[in-house]
Amino acid sequence: MPAASLAAVRSFVAAPQPRPEQTGEKPRAFAFKGVGKRFGDKIVLNGIDLDVPVGQFVAVIGKSGCGKSTLLRLLAGLDRPTAGSLTFGADEEGHNRTRFMFQEPRLLPWASVVKNVEVGLTGIASGADARQRALAILGEVGLADRADEWPSVLSGGQKQRVALARALVGHPQILALDEPLGALDALTRIEMQQLLERIWLAQKFTAVLVTHDVAEAVALADRVVVISAGKIALDLDVPVERPRRRGSVELARLEGKILDQLFG
Amino acid sequence: MSFSGRLHRNSIGWLLPVLVIAGWEIASRAGLMPPNVLPAPSAVAEAFWRLTLSGELIRNIGVSTARALAGFAVGGSIGFALGLANGLSTLSRGLTDTTLQMIRNIPHLALIPLVILWFGIDEEAKLFLVALGVFFPIYVNTLLGIQSVDPQLVEMGRVYGMDRAALFFRVILPGALPAIFVGLRYALGIMWLTLIVAETISANSGLGYMAMQAREFLLIDVVVLSILIYALLGKLADSLARLLERLSLGWHPAFQNA
Repeated sequence: MPAASLAAVRSFVAAPQPRPEQTGEKPRAFAFKGVGKRFGDKIVLNGIDLDVPVGQFVAVIGKSGCGKSTLLRLLAGLDRPTAGSLTFGADEEGHNRTRFMFQEPRLLPWASVVKNVEVGLTGIASGADARQRALAILGEVGLADRADEWPSVLSGGQKQRVALARALVGHPQILALDEPLGALDALTRIEMQQLLERIWLAQKFTAVLVTHDVAEAVALADRVVVISAGKIALDLDVPVERPRRRGSVELARLEGKILDQLFG
Repeated sequence: MSFSGRLHRNSIGWLLPVLVIAGWEIASRAGLMPPNVLPAPSAVAEAFWRLTLSGELIRNIGVSTARALAGFAVGGSIGFALGLANGLSTLSRGLTDTTLQMIRNIPHLALIPLVILWFGIDEEAKLFLVALGVFFPIYVNTLLGIQSVDPQLVEMGRVYGMDRAALFFRVILPGALPAIFVGLRYALGIMWLTLIVAETISANSGLGYMAMQAREFLLIDVVVLSILIYALLGKLADSLARLLERLSLGWHPAFQNA
């Protein structure tokens, strides 16, 4: 990450924004009610109940094959549930917009960086307006100076930052993240986590992050949901003030609790 | 790359042909090569000048090029259209692909006797053969290109709300383009090959006809000249395809350091 965006992260660290506590009065972003999903004979998800208020950062954790990615695909409308229902709280304009960030950057290799970000504005804006909005969000992820380059010359972390910009440029109400940082090296990963947290605090969307990294989950999320054998095995609030210090005792205690649930 | 560097890289490919021609001229002048087997390059150049002055050469090149392009346009567009249709629709592929693969395995030049019976030695015969020859490389590579588009990118396009037209023009077609260019270059080679064979066997104008006429009158310099012109036209077509490729595939890592 260039020095400029690191400085931006630090400026946030100096002046943390207060987040309203999660209460029953907060409008709902989405809710799963008894949601199940089966592929043929194989039951992947079974009786999932999950009510998420607007603006919450939820991390979904589980061993591979536990159904956590399926949960995310249902949320993003990439798959249909075979049982139960999924409801969304409508925003002011009366529609709901969910954006998906994949495990891989999935950038179009034949489109420049800024054109790739404009893909996130399909059906929302076009032409000069789209370019301007794409450039603005590229500035936020620290890549304004790479706007007209091909994706193939970017590093893995930079590509994933372009993908983040593409997901956010349309101002989604819900951002679904499917292990987007899984393939990055450890340091780039922490930078990306900080970037994600900073943008989430600024844009106030609802974030659902599927991850297999327990430390990442407790560092970023308001709430950690552990999925095991297609069911919610643990639904844990993370009542730790932001900015959070990685490796603090509080986070370590929560991390231990989650790991106990996963392997206990 | 600097201009002089590019010039150097392009010109180095011509070093070998020039050396061959120089060696050939020396061998002819020294009497090592009898002129009724292979005339000296200077004699071929003379024939070139003679036929240029009479207008015969230009006319025949024009006739052949027009035939090549017409056949290419017909066969290429049908191949491209069917390749797209079969790449995008499983119904269309199920319906036509087996038949097309069977026809593909017939050498198209084996149809020459049949084509002469159908069309005589008129323009349609050449057009038909060139179109048939060009069809398959374009068809096969367009289909392959569309089938090899990364399904993850297609899914991404859908998730981000692209409709069918946007998905095609922004994801599928650009993804298939490298393979389509491979087909284009194969097709250009087959285009000249087919045309020359067809003109040699049955025509009353064109480069192939000019070479066959020259054989009748033992004008071996004109025969050699025709062969050299084929080589140049083939190279020209390939260079044009490469230029198009470089212009439209600038994003591809293979073209970025060129």
